[in-house]
Amino acid sequence: MFLVRDLVSPRTWLAMTSHLAGLFLGLAVMVVFITGLSLGFSLLVLALVGLPILGLTLRVADWFARAERARLRLMLGMPIPAWPAGIRAGYRWGVVPRWRTLGERATWGEIGYGLLRCPFSAVAATVSVSAWAAGLVMLTLPLYNSDLPSGGASFGQMVFRGTPTMAASAVIGLIVLLAAPQLTRGLAAADAALARWLLGPRRDLAARVAELEISRERVVDAAEAERRRIERDLHDGAQQRLVALAMELGRAKARFADDLDAAKDLVDQAHAQAKEALTELRNLVRGVHPPVLTERGLDAALSGLAALCPVPVEVHVDVPVRPKSSVEAVAYFVVAEALTNVAKHSRASHAKVVVEGHGYPGTLTVMISDDGIGGADGHGPGLSGLADRVSGVDGRLSVESPAGGPTIIAAELPCG
Amino acid sequence: MRVVIAEDSVLLREGLTRLLVEAGHEVAAAEGDGEKFLRAVAAHVPDAVVVDVRMPPTFTDEGLRAALLVRDRWPDVGVLVLSQWVEERYATELISGRPHGVGYLLKDRVADVSEFLDALDRVATGGSALDPEVVAQLLARSRHPLGELTPREREVLALMAEGRSNSAIAEALVVGGGAVEKHINNIFTKLGLAPADRDHRRVLAVLRYLGT
Repeated sequence: MFLVRDLVSPRTWLAMTSHLAGLFLGLAVMVVFITGLSLGFSLLVLALVGLPILGLTLRVADWFARAERARLRLMLGMPIPAWPAGIRAGYRWGVVPRWRTLGERATWGEIGYGLLRCPFSAVAATVSVSAWAAGLVMLTLPLYNSDLPSGGASFGQMVFRGTPTMAASAVIGLIVLLAAPQLTRGLAAADAALARWLLGPRRDLAARVAELEISRERVVDAAEAERRRIERDLHDGAQQRLVALAMELGRAKARFADDLDAAKDLVDQAHAQAKEALTELRNLVRGVHPPVLTERGLDAALSGLAALCPVPVEVHVDVPVRPKSSVEAVAYFVVAEALTNVAKHSRASHAKVVVEGHGYPGTLTVMISDDGIGGADGHGPGLSGLADRVSGVDGRLSVESPAGGPTIIAAELPCG
Repeated sequence: MRVVIAEDSVLLREGLTRLLVEAGHEVAAAEGDGEKFLRAVAAHVPDAVVVDVRMPPTFTDEGLRAALLVRDRWPDVGVLVLSQWVEERYATELISGRPHGVGYLLKDRVADVSEFLDALDRVATGGSALDPEVVAQLLARSRHPLGELTPREREVLALMAEGRSNSAIAEALVVGGGAVEKHINNIFTKLGLAPADRDHRRVLAVLRYLGT
């Protein structure tokens, strides 16, 4: 029975309080704005006097907008999305509007909101209070109707009396009373919508911010996963080898005094360990960020990857101008991960890597195909991590891998 | 001494086995994961176990948990835990249940063969062995003032916390046994610790002072 519960729910009464508060706040602000704007504009001829008044009015509008955001969040639980940081020009020394501020939609949205606040709240408060009052009066009318001066409630020439009329009044009163909380809240929602329209950021901007927030989160996660992978690789590979190497040398040291041949064998083993540790470190560094990529670009770095892959790989790179290093790195890792998958899972006999740059600003397309068995899982850890990385530079990754093959992984990376 | 090893890296498992065999110990079993290791300990009941902290399947602290189980189920088996990195918190967990017959060392320490074997001996005979890095962490975050100690006394305290005997401390600092004893008495007096004659009780006193 939410209808009954809503009669006493805090949300309803916060909404009602909000309408009443908005009425008085809005009245004060409207007076300030109208005075400030009319005085400011009319004295603009005497620029020195008009400008500070206008500036101060805009500043007040901004403060009021902030207060309203807080009020709507606290009283109605409806947060108004803020303008993303750095979009608005703001104020010099905290009070004087910058020139750019004057041309911003947000600035005039705040003024408009301040002017609309009072009329809107007036309507909302009147309608809400009337609904409650009418509901209560009609519901209780049967109790005192006959005691009224004219022998019943009157409307113009009409006088209400008699049992059926009273029953109808009570029923209608009950319905109106039950509807009153919904009406009060509905008006509060409309209130919030008004604020979102005038105080909130532009819709496309808000959507873009939401998208960026998600992709930033994914990039942070991907970076974290990457760090864990590096830690694991170091721990399982080079570090173990170095410990083993140190141990062999330790044993050799203990042997030198009595058993020279055994000691020499141990030094030989240690030597081999040292070389393997170096190889592992080198491969690991290549996996973190290959130096050749920074120094010589994608073409050179991709040949290195192709050479490491046990499956024969054909590489075509046509990139007339080098893209940003972040884009290059993502392209490199797309190829690296794809070729790792080719080597591990595809059972392919041949793979092909094609990288093309289409003008600047434009896109860099990376495509890796193989003639293997297909069935690559685009949602597995490797490929989804790759998708995260690609989304970090606003790119798109597509994985086509029907069972039975072939597999085609393609990435489009904008390089503006 | 009979030893059971738990270490997932084949390279190190074989290296450790050879190292122990060369030192005249018997390696009853060398296993690559926690479960097999526990079964081997149950089957052989060795004098000591050497356990790597990180092992399959989770590659987190499997080894440490296996070591804690051994410590609780077989009180007479010395437990030496090896780790790629040392954390004072792991050490405290290991030591808090049973301060004797346990050790916690950085894996790199196996390179100093004789010191490693020494630590294993201590652990197997009911002593303790704590990595200097753990002791440094404990000293760094000690809630108690150590300001009254002279630098030499701090050195002695650190070696004591590692689990060294008086003679080992004397050797490490190149001083006589009498001087070490004098330092230790001064430390106990300054820190208000009741002196004790057994090695492990001494370490326990020091650790309790540093850690809690």
